[in-house]
Amino acid sequence: MGKFNKKKDGGVPAVNTAALPDIVFMLLFFFMVATVMRQNTLMIENNLPFADQVEKLDKKDLVMYIYAGKPSSNYKQYGTEAKIQLNDKFADVNEIAAFIAAERASKREELVPFLTTALKVDSDANMGLIGDIKQELRKVNALKINYTTKKGSVFGRD
Amino acid sequence: MAKRAAPEVNAGSMADIAFLLLIFFLVTTTIETDSGINRKLPPMEESDEDVIIKQKNIFTVLLNGKDQLLVEDEIMELKDLRAAAREFLDNGGDGSCDYCKGRRDPASSDNPDKAIISLKNERETSYKTYIAVQNELVAAYNELRDARAQAQYGTSFKEMEANYKDVNWPGNKEKLKEKIDQIKTDYPQKLSEVQ
Repeated sequence: MGKFNKKKDGGVPAVNTAALPDIVFMLLFFFMVATVMRQNTLMIENNLPFADQVEKLDKKDLVMYIYAGKPSSNYKQYGTEAKIQLNDKFADVNEIAAFIAAERASKREELVPFLTTALKVDSDANMGLIGDIKQELRKVNALKINYTTKKGSVFGRD
Repeated sequence: MAKRAAPEVNAGSMADIAFLLLIFFLVTTTIETDSGINRKLPPMEESDEDVIIKQKNIFTVLLNGKDQLLVEDEIMELKDLRAAAREFLDNGGDGSCDYCKGRRDPASSDNPDKAIISLKNERETSYKTYIAVQNELVAAYNELRDARAQAQYGTSFKEMEANYKDVNWPGNKEKLKEKIDQIKTDYPQKLSEVQ
């Protein structure tokens, strides 16, 4: 009678997880390759607007970034008005000229005419600030600009 | 004597290490946006002689502080702006533009070369709306150029530009450049901003 062995209880066999490291490594490599370390720590809110007629900015080393937006929650003491950020710190409009000069000095001379200024501005900022930035850029003859946007419809999803 | 095999290294915790790294990169990753609308600012020095432009050749777009649009003295919704700009640019009022498909209304622009879009915004205008308007105006130009390229060369303008940038494109780049420049002179982007 005892010949009919009862099968062990809890009958689900363990799933083979030998391939798990491979899968995780695959994901790891994807993120390692796709990661771009940020050059600047943002101190402002930077929710870019949407546009669909965009052109790609190639040659990343020839781009100067100017950020603008209202101070993020960690920097509440600077107020709620939109501010300009250059290189990790808040700046005034009249500091842009010096910033552009410094950026130009750090590049090779023959590349200076190809420098583009990318304006990364929060969508809630108002145009007064941007008008001031543009005026300042015209003064130092940095005429090529790019309004950095996210790709998407301008009408939103609703 | 038989050689003893080296004992196997326990790789059970490899997954844990990989997970740790994975989570680090997941958290630090920000997919950078590096595309946008390219613009060229006008140079600072003012020319002394005033250029006289006929009123009918100017397409005025006004954006007020409440993000409302006034186009050619009429209130307009953002979604209608693209079509209106297209109609203005493609009008061909003086008949010198044989490829224009517009209504040839003598009260609107003479030809695409003379047609100028003038954009004025106020300090209170939000950046989001400004970009939306810029986008629609650029779209009007791009659509006209696309149509022209399609009629002339059988491909879209966008594709031609992509081919020009593509290093592996097998065709003749100089000829392509000529074609692109031709279309750009057919529909020059004349977008001026009033300070």
